[in-house]
Amino acid sequence: MTVIGWVQIALYCAILVALAKPLGWFITRVFNGERTFLTPVLRPVETSLYRLAGIDETREQHWLTYATAMLVFHVAGFLFLYALMRLQAALPLNPMEMSAVAPDLSFNTAVSFITNTNWQNYGGESTMSYLVQMLGLTHQNFLSAATGIVLAVALIRGFARASAQTVGNFWVDLTRCTLYILLPICIIYALFLVSQGMPQTLGPSVEATTLEGAKQTIAVGPVASQVAIKMLGTNGGGFFNANAAHPFENPTALSNFMQIISIFAIGAAMTNVFGRMVGDQRQGWAILAVMGVLFVAGVAVTYWAEARGNDAFTALGLAGGNMEGKEVRFGIVASALFAVVTTAASCGAVNAMHDSFTALGGMIPMINMQLGEIIVGGVGAGLYGMLLFVVLAMFVAGLMVGRTPEYIGKKIEAREVKLAMLAILVLPLMILGWTAVAVVYPTATASMANAGPHGFSEVLYAFTSQTANNGSAFGGLTGNILFYNLTGAISMLVGRFWMIVPAMAIAGSLAAKKSVPASAGTFPTDGGLFIGLVVGVILIIGGLTFFPALALGPIVEHFAMTSGTLY
Amino acid sequence: MLRQIRPALVLFVALTVITGLLYPLAITGIAGVIFPRQAQGSLIERDGKVIGSELIGQAFTEDKYFHGRPSATTGPDPQDSTKTTAAPYNASNSMGSNLGPTNKSLIERVKGDVEKAQAENSAAPVPVDLVTTSGSGLDPHISPESAMFQVPRVAKARNIPEERLRVLVQEHMESRLAGILGEPRVNVLALNLALDQGAR
Repeated sequence: MTVIGWVQIALYCAILVALAKPLGWFITRVFNGERTFLTPVLRPVETSLYRLAGIDETREQHWLTYATAMLVFHVAGFLFLYALMRLQAALPLNPMEMSAVAPDLSFNTAVSFITNTNWQNYGGESTMSYLVQMLGLTHQNFLSAATGIVLAVALIRGFARASAQTVGNFWVDLTRCTLYILLPICIIYALFLVSQGMPQTLGPSVEATTLEGAKQTIAVGPVASQVAIKMLGTNGGGFFNANAAHPFENPTALSNFMQIISIFAIGAAMTNVFGRMVGDQRQGWAILAVMGVLFVAGVAVTYWAEARGNDAFTALGLAGGNMEGKEVRFGIVASALFAVVTTAASCGAVNAMHDSFTALGGMIPMINMQLGEIIVGGVGAGLYGMLLFVVLAMFVAGLMVGRTPEYIGKKIEAREVKLAMLAILVLPLMILGWTAVAVVYPTATASMANAGPHGFSEVLYAFTSQTANNGSAFGGLTGNILFYNLTGAISMLVGRFWMIVPAMAIAGSLAAKKSVPASAGTFPTDGGLFIGLVVGVILIIGGLTFFPALALGPIVEHFAMTSGTLY
Repeated sequence: MLRQIRPALVLFVALTVITGLLYPLAITGIAGVIFPRQAQGSLIERDGKVIGSELIGQAFTEDKYFHGRPSATTGPDPQDSTKTTAAPYNASNSMGSNLGPTNKSLIERVKGDVEKAQAENSAAPVPVDLVTTSGSGLDPHISPESAMFQVPRVAKARNIPEERLRVLVQEHMESRLAGILGEPRVNVLALNLALDQGAR
């Protein structure tokens, strides 16, 4: 570890915290339907969309209608994307003449992109036409991100309102989020990325003759427009197979820094949106502080582990940390930071191969996802995931003093706690359940690229990443077989919607409650005690649930690595 | 539920057109005008022919060139199209090795590369980036230490003084942005192009 490395990390954190407030202010105004500087340009587009679609923007929805609208919208997205991949050979904008994507792979990929996971059992430049990348994948990156954000806003309204029957209008929220927040930022961001060297062309791959006279086919494409939303919307699906490690998908140190900022920007700002909407910004800062504590701890461990390097390399006289699977322009610190950020959020883009990280360096990304991606988390999804843990933490606190817990003036009762548990239980069910099936199924174990505990880690990582809707991978695992395509798709669907529907039910039930004024017995939820309590609950639940599995994978591998055992 | 079908379909189609077509096409159009070189892939031409991209590494094996990092990319096997075979710096199939830290074949590969690098250059300690594969398999850079490590070999093959080469490497060194972001590095293709130009 170096001083300059820590300076990069500190600079990153400072910029994020500084961005949270102005961005939170802007997002709040958009969802409250207030005027912003974009209103003169976008308002006519917005109203004409409502007219076409027959939407009355003043009419709000019950949580059940809101959730149904969301689900119907996703079914449409799934069918469209699946058809697009199956038919790509017959459609335009396919200069490299890619053939139709296989049915199981199309199924997995369609589910992957509608759930904001972007797990990829394919290499983009060798599988997908430009039309699929733009009309299918770029477009779903916008919509799945917008969905996450609007659901978080609906849950926040649940806390903010009293004795209300509605939580907002899904269609209005979705349209505003896409038009006012995601699209304008992406336009500027994509052009910045091109300036750094990211291609944006519809031309075919370039044929080059290298200095030594060999042929080199260089894949290009409309990369920047997709990468902008891939990062900002915490989607993470790469245009190229190597994702943000590819020099075209992340050309410079500056493009890299902007990418990791854009992963966290909206997620961090959502805590501020929460604070503003419930009328006390300190509540938002307290939540961001919980996230911050867990984040910095994760960065420290991964950075330390990667800088310390692989003992087997040290034995060969190699100094300078674990550079296998990392790019020189990013080095150890920017690769470690990226890995922690991308898994703390539900992004899943990678600028280094997590499979080649040291055992402990690769364990932190896994833990980040297993905790439910609540450390800033996916856009919107991180906040509603975190609020589920807050509900549990307040319940635990209530038990300790024998008082009905309250949060933001709302009584947390049996219904909310049950719904929160229902959502949180989905993680171990899918992750541990499918991993257990996979390790005793020979066809599944044959997909492992590494022997010993690392092979187990590859499978554990795959189901962790898909259930948590992350999308990053220990990429050695051959995921494009029927078993992983199907089980993975189930994990992604359950991981997304089994989380969303209970969260929406909590939103509805909270909105309907009366607001209780704070009294001397109210537990203050903007201070150090609250932060410590929530961190504790998160670590205890995550620790108790996943420690045994981690012990079989990365932890045992760490001791194998330090004692010189190879597999 | 049925009442949600019309808004679902209309909004879906409208937002598909906006975010999936208008947005990427607009970016393509604007980028092509204001950043034409970058938008096409930062290509380098020599004598009217494309010799590569500034951002994409190439495989160098001859002694007279500085070598890049090992690459784990593969390509279709010319003998049997159902299989793949090693094809370093294949820029149409980016990938890393994905070998874990306790994988025997990783450690054996690195050991072999260390021995090879020391035999070709000197017995000095080998910089770690020169014997590890990158995440993309297309890393255009090596560390300044790795470039300096290869100076004696290249100088001998080209029959030019080592001192002159060291100056050339220094000139091609890219430092951290604002002294903070990224790592010091040398673009191998740019350095080798400069070498060839100097030789003309």
